[in-house]
Amino acid sequence: MAEQVYWDDVTEGMELPSLVKEPTTRQLVQYAGASGDFYEIHYDKDFAIGNQLDGPILHGALKSAFLGQLVTDWIGPQGTLKRLQCQYRGMDAPGNAITAKGTVTRKYEEDGQRMVDCTIWLENAEGQNTTPGYATVILPSRLG
Amino acid sequence: MSTPATFLTEEMRQQAIGVESPPVTIEVEKGHIQRFAEAIGDANPIYTDEAAARKSSYGGLIAPPTFLRSVRGVNLELPFELSFSRRLDGGSDWEYFQPVRPGDRITAVARVGEMTERSGRLGAMVFMTTITTYTNQFDEVVATQTNTLIAY
Repeated sequence: MAEQVYWDDVTEGMELPSLVKEPTTRQLVQYAGASGDFYEIHYDKDFAIGNQLDGPILHGALKSAFLGQLVTDWIGPQGTLKRLQCQYRGMDAPGNAITAKGTVTRKYEEDGQRMVDCTIWLENAEGQNTTPGYATVILPSRLG
Repeated sequence: MSTPATFLTEEMRQQAIGVESPPVTIEVEKGHIQRFAEAIGDANPIYTDEAAARKSSYGGLIAPPTFLRSVRGVNLELPFELSFSRRLDGGSDWEYFQPVRPGDRITAVARVGEMTERSGRLGAMVFMTTITTYTNQFDEVVATQTNTLIAY
């Protein structure tokens, strides 16, 4: 895990350390079990094809979990996630690596809290943004 | 399978908005948090390692941000059937107010926020926005999730 990031050191435009994920059908089954979402398009190839898909696709909520991890890895144990939003614009399939990325868009203070807004997204191997979103976090300050 | 060219009327929309689910309560189990963290591939010790979690600003184990997706059985009874064969998750928007910890009793209630129709490649597509509010045993709202379901 990286060192704690402090609000003081954050600048608008800076990039979050990216996070590569390599989901497999096995992971989708594991996620189905852990989340209770057993919709067959996520692990049953015949069912997925019968629903006009090329094969199983990732659960949207798993993709939001990847983006959640991108942000919580960055803010560290002293940071607080306040908002996590994303849209599932493009489908992602198991067997294809996806990279979670983010950029700081705004640094500000609100109600005595030191806040940062980020644009976050998932990028597939072709460089397409399949899952755009944003996050708001509270970070600790070096001033305490 | 065919999909109707139009489906939603203004009257149906008005009937749907505000419909609320019965509450569903779950107890958050440490083992469930661990299984969920493993399933999403997140090795952050704050979800599984008590000693590491104690040193964090939370002072103990917490659940990953999207863990509350695992509260199942929150059923919205619409006054009409969404007669489409396919469904997609369009996106989600979480707001967080309190951490979720092992042992918490979390009650989820969902409500229809909006319902609209657009025409897509395969016919009518209905977009339903639901807002789920998660409350803990201290009557604190821990999180809200606004979710968009696409039926087509």
